[in-house]
Amino acid sequence: MAENVRIKLPESAKKGEVIEIRTLVSHIMETGFRKDEAGKLVPREIINKFTCTFNGAPLFSVDLEPAIAPNPYIKFNMRATTSGTLRFSWFDDNGTVTTEDRKIVVT
Amino acid sequence: MSGSSRRDVLALAVGGAALAVAGAAAQATPQEAADAIARFTGGVPPVPGKIAIDLPEIAENGNTVPFAATVDSPMTEEDHVSDILVVAQANPRPRIVTFHLTPACGRADVATRIRLAATQDVVVVAKTSKGHFITASKTVKVTVGGCGG
Repeated sequence: MAENVRIKLPESAKKGEVIEIRTLVSHIMETGFRKDEAGKLVPREIINKFTCTFNGAPLFSVDLEPAIAPNPYIKFNMRATTSGTLRFSWFDDNGTVTTEDRKIVVT
Repeated sequence: MSGSSRRDVLALAVGGAALAVAGAAAQATPQEAADAIARFTGGVPPVPGKIAIDLPEIAENGNTVPFAATVDSPMTEEDHVSDILVVAQANPRPRIVTFHLTPACGRADVATRIRLAATQDVVVVAKTSKGHFITASKTVKVTVGGCGG
């Protein structure tokens, strides 16, 4: 269900600079508390985990609950040390994992 | 002791019991919120600390409320924020989100968008690498709740 992601971060940064990383994933974030027209509870389906690694090392992660709004937006930071690859992963209740990579050049 | 005074005592007792029941129902969720915080801190009571919470005073749509928190921390190997828990006392489930940070983040500064079911206090608890727990909270007035149903 998470087919569309948006990631914003600078392509390059100076060593020691703290950069901002903003991510958005398209997802309904069905809480499991809502009832359909027939009065039946709509089963929960959310992105329950988000992780970000830099050159394979854990940088930042989030445990999401049904109280996160649809199309989860997450903002965090990274201190630029060396050039490398950031890997972003979103974990859906249904088992799907969406992964995206972004490179950053540090001078 | 006359019969009437005994009746008064009984009426008081019954009234008191009814109040106690109503109170228990209204506070069930704050208790769950307290439990969620206790699970996060391992029972250590968090102390008020330097956490800046950015939330609107009035949220017209509780279905998507912008949230940001910044914890004052040097974010070094020796002294950094490792985890940030966000709790909403009046939501169906008090736990909203938990952020896990590393020194490589450089700043303990996070943002997302949350759902709030009703007017309530949003509580943020941060865990530091030194094992300290600090907390801050902010009240948000919610016009239209955001948890469906």
